[in-house]
Amino acid sequence: MKEVKCDCGHVNPFGTKICGKCGMVLGNEKENQLIDMRYEGSARRSQTYKKTIIDKIWNFFSSVKVGVTLIVIALIASAIGTILPQEMYIPSTATPAEHYELEYGWFGRVYYELGFHNLYSSWWYLIIIGMLGISLLIASIDRFFPLYRSLKKQGVTRHDGFMKRQRIYGVTKLEEQDINLEEVKDRLKRQRYHIREENGHILAEKGRFSRWGPYVNHIGLIIFLIGALLRSVPGMYIDKVLWLREGERKEIPGTNGQYYLQNNEFTLEVYDKESEEDKQYSAAIDKTGTIAKTYQSDVTLYERKGETLPGEKVDLDKLKDYKIKVNEPLKHDHYALYQVDYKLDELSTMAFNLINKKTEEKYGSLKVDLNNPQKKYELKEGYSVDLISYFPDFEFDEKGEPRTISKIPNNPAFIFKMHTPDKPEGEVSFVAIKETVEPLGENTYKMAFNGVETQDVTALTVRKDLTLWILFTGGIIFMIGVVQGSYWNHRRIWIKRKDDEILLAGHTNKNWHGIKRDIKQAIESTSLSEPMDQLEEEKSSSKGEVLNG
Amino acid sequence: MDKKKRRLISRTIILLLLGAALVFALYTNFTKDKNESLRKGSEAPNFVLTDMEGKEHKLSDYKGKGVFLNFWGTYCKPCEYEMPYMENQYKNFKDQGVEILAVNVGESDYAVNNFITKHDLTFPVMIDKGREVENAYRVDILPVSFLVDKEGKVIDIITGALTEESIQKHMERIKP
Repeated sequence: MKEVKCDCGHVNPFGTKICGKCGMVLGNEKENQLIDMRYEGSARRSQTYKKTIIDKIWNFFSSVKVGVTLIVIALIASAIGTILPQEMYIPSTATPAEHYELEYGWFGRVYYELGFHNLYSSWWYLIIIGMLGISLLIASIDRFFPLYRSLKKQGVTRHDGFMKRQRIYGVTKLEEQDINLEEVKDRLKRQRYHIREENGHILAEKGRFSRWGPYVNHIGLIIFLIGALLRSVPGMYIDKVLWLREGERKEIPGTNGQYYLQNNEFTLEVYDKESEEDKQYSAAIDKTGTIAKTYQSDVTLYERKGETLPGEKVDLDKLKDYKIKVNEPLKHDHYALYQVDYKLDELSTMAFNLINKKTEEKYGSLKVDLNNPQKKYELKEGYSVDLISYFPDFEFDEKGEPRTISKIPNNPAFIFKMHTPDKPEGEVSFVAIKETVEPLGENTYKMAFNGVETQDVTALTVRKDLTLWILFTGGIIFMIGVVQGSYWNHRRIWIKRKDDEILLAGHTNKNWHGIKRDIKQAIESTSLSEPMDQLEEEKSSSKGEVLNG
Repeated sequence: MDKKKRRLISRTIILLLLGAALVFALYTNFTKDKNESLRKGSEAPNFVLTDMEGKEHKLSDYKGKGVFLNFWGTYCKPCEYEMPYMENQYKNFKDQGVEILAVNVGESDYAVNNFITKHDLTFPVMIDKGREVENAYRVDILPVSFLVDKEGKVIDIITGALTEESIQKHMERIKP
């Protein structure tokens, strides 16, 4: 690999198209054509060596074509994943294999067989995203450093050929009088151009940092990808739900037993159109019925003292009381507890009187704690009640037997055995809400319903996300890059003084109108002639040909 | 020449780092179970629970023995289905160094005692009142059984109702 020495004496690396110093065209591009100014004609690293396997892999990822192909594949794959719901969104009771075929026919079957029901966590999808990240990074490294170097090293005096082949180019013939360029320089300075001079030649440049925009943007994107990757690392991300009855204290899941939470009270407040304060909403309340005002859990946070095993009795330190409301989570030690759901008036106790069915005489009363019932309830002497069976969430099964479908007292039912002096063997009674069955024949006594107590239950989301600030930083850097690259332009104006003429050329990475305006302002009322836009010139001349032809 | 070598080394290092990151991403993604349950082969989280007869059971005290750790609820039909089989196999295996610990998911003493009487269970049954053991084992679906070997490692996690035959097979796997 030979280095290329330019006529001006500057040594350029192999693959360079335009001399980094004077701008002479080194490649064998056609004469009279505008120069391709991308990456300043510097040698992109990937094009220089094609030797070892490492270089080959490197070149693969450095290619823009490969990058774009990866983006297109990732886009198509991501789109396919949205055609049918992913596995995590189908009902948890369904078997995926059957569910997809049943719901979506042969297409669902194919979709399932191809593994598209878990597309976003499939190995090939992750590999595509990973390769995209690698391509992003390598392509940036490969382009940023040569570009940075050539912009840093660029010379003021440019080769005539370089000037002539810029899109904006003009020649001013010097006749008798010489032109004083000081005025032009001052005006450019006022337009915030940095001026460099060398032997009377001028380079005016501004907004170079806009060229780094894409690379800053890529750095942000890579940080974002790293953040997303860290989510699957244990301890970085927790998302769990905690249901707590009023008065109940439990370990906060996901904290490894370090923190406990007690629910002191849950309140659901609704707008009341009778009240002075909410009168203004009465129309809305009439229209939609009840409208919630606040969901609030009054909680107490505890921390475990010392190390204990799960299930062992714990010593707790009270940390703080807090009122959790929607959008006002309890935050502590990277954990946040959000109000997410609630259940009002869950039954907690149910009271009964033991009475004689005929005379309705009362022989005592008992209260069943629905979350912790007793086996036997003693009443006054000679009277007692056994709880033979208890079904917190009662229903009849296929065989007509009573059973419970959960441990939550949504629909409690009881089988009592009532012992009385005249029936010491006891009478059996099946008691459910609004229903009493006497399975073993007519009874003399019954358990008469005597009221309930209820409690509210709150549901909180336990969230910990240590990747959030990484995602956030990545996102901000990404946006800075976008702004940097799109709201500023890198403009350069070269003025070359020769014996009998002055050459003026301009280049910008975007917004050609802007640079033309800058030049026009700078040379106004001097005898410098306004440069032409050679590209537009070309267009109009070819148009002319068409017209002529 | 020197420059070229340096470039090759830096390229190799960058590619290796990126490759490692990709492998890491794939690895964490695939070792992570769908219900975020414990990983097979990991150490079984230690716990202490008191059974219905008042005896304290600490998992680490069973080192040297296999433990068939079952999580269940009285309202869960498949749990009820496998209980008699567990009872039978318990009788076969308790002299061979396999213990059953049946952890109820925080129901009332009343419900659990009734259930024990109904099914004549003789293995230790305990209630995880605070749901702490359940959290430690990241229990999601009932029933679930953790096979803990004599070194205290979870060698397998089985969800869903088990037949007597499969219980026997699993017991064989953790027999010391």
